Amino acid sequence: MAPSRLAIDIEPLGEDALLLRFGDAIDVAVNARVHAVARRIAALGPPWLRDIVPAYASLALFIDFEAFPSTADPLDATMRWLRQQALDGDDAGVRTPRMVEIPVLYGGVDGPDLEAVAAHAGISTGDVIERHAAGDYTVAMLGFAPGFPYLLGLNPTLAVPRLQTPRTRVAAGSVGIGGAQTGVYPRPGPGGWRIIGRTSAVLFDPLRGSPSLLLPGDRVRFLAADALP
Amino acid sequence: MSIRVLAAGAFTTVQDGGRQGHRALGVGCAGALDPYAHAVANLLVGNPADAPVLEITLAGPRLEFKSGARIAICGAQVDARVGSLTIPGWRPIALPAGAVLSIGACRSGARGYLAIAGGLRIDTVLGSASTDLRGGFGGIGGRALAAGDMLEDDGDASVADVHVARWWIDPSPEYDFAPVAIVRVLAGHDATTPVDGLFANEWRVAPDSDRQGLRLQGDALQAVERGERISEPVAPGTVQLPPDGRPIVLLADAQTHGGYPRIGHAIRADWPRLAQLRPGDRVRFAPCTRDEAAQARREQLQRLARIAIAVQARRSGP
Repeated sequence: MAPSRLAIDIEPLGEDALLLRFGDAIDVAVNARVHAVARRIAALGPPWLRDIVPAYASLALFIDFEAFPSTADPLDATMRWLRQQALDGDDAGVRTPRMVEIPVLYGGVDGPDLEAVAAHAGISTGDVIERHAAGDYTVAMLGFAPGFPYLLGLNPTLAVPRLQTPRTRVAAGSVGIGGAQTGVYPRPGPGGWRIIGRTSAVLFDPLRGSPSLLLPGDRVRFLAADALP
Repeated sequence: MSIRVLAAGAFTTVQDGGRQGHRALGVGCAGALDPYAHAVANLLVGNPADAPVLEITLAGPRLEFKSGARIAICGAQVDARVGSLTIPGWRPIALPAGAVLSIGACRSGARGYLAIAGGLRIDTVLGSASTDLRGGFGGIGGRALAAGDMLEDDGDASVADVHVARWWIDPSPEYDFAPVAIVRVLAGHDATTPVDGLFANEWRVAPDSDRQGLRLQGDALQAVERGERISEPVAPGTVQLPPDGRPIVLLADAQTHGGYPRIGHAIRADWPRLAQLRPGDRVRFAPCTRDEAAQARREQLQRLARIAIAVQARRSGP
């Protein structure tokens, strides 16, 4: 389907950014639309564009205030530009999602909350592993910390409330479940999600050519491993 | 040449103009919390306005200069000394090899900026020398300075003795350190109960404020639309309202996304005021339009441009 003009809410986010809102719920189709629009804007590459920040159902555009003449309101000018482009539509033709496989050692010292998640779901720990590793996930957005992926596609039976009191230290590579979401902690630090396993994949290395292992919109699979490299 | 960190101070980090273009990866801006003092300190020593400097928090470091250096300290009023000599702020200072610069407590304000001519030699990571504390990269190993660290600078062998310039840059009006700071705020996405609660109340800066956000104490507010909501992008300056009703003004180290109601945005021209607030300080917020915000920001940029010209004239003069 050919892209069309945006007919959605656009509002300022401070002086240097606009927020485009596509919905107010976590939804795979809405998130795909966010990534498709982000791709189209990135492809157009206007010189005043500093950053495109996707979220679950919204997208922020950060602009270079000083790139606009002092007679113009930079956000109004950006808003007009956005309304003139054919940006909206599904992701057909915009991209082919990458598939990234992440080996995970589930349970034991690497997954201290695996049993609690199983108990909450009323299933065995083996079932938790099977269902988590069977999921076809999409990176809805990266946030919280550099390279931390918020993944869509968790089997709803595995949804579990966050810890009442977050841990002060979660190991790098820890795979967690928080509510209906799952994700991976890129580096050691505090965290409130239930930890069910760990990967040795390096999710974020700022010195790497592509710092983040995962990019917004990528597809992800977890592979249950017997040992980590 | 190098500068040895003899004592690190309360919380000293390397910061420049900040990191752009990586928010989609969850990488925030970082950068100097007080962009104005950061820029003036750099201009005073002939650096580009966004060069890396040391950001000092509440109490400064003790530094030994292995070679001569030209420096400037701007922002908070700090007790800075070389031996028994007081080192005043907002002006160029020359230090000879072997000088030990002791930066004590901030008497007014919370953050001082120490610029060194030629800039600190810090490898840039993702386009910036700024310390990203959450990601653990940038600056010195992605962390605050520690005693024993060595910083590399250009050095200036021509300096024979301590020299304090007899001229300075007038720091006003950003640095009046009024008993109650006034910070202007643009309307946010969410309304509150009471409707003008953010503006009607006086707030106090909570002790757990940091580079990520200024946490406020005062009469609790509520967002009109409460309850769970999905994360959306946020930005430095965003005023968040968590369920406890105490607003948080996000600063340069703000995370990229947040799920709390957003009840306003502190304008850029007033970020220096925010950066200089100390725990316990009082602050009021005033509503502001985008036009007023843009005008205040342009005036500040023009002031910096005038300072750059004035400093250049001084430096190239007889």
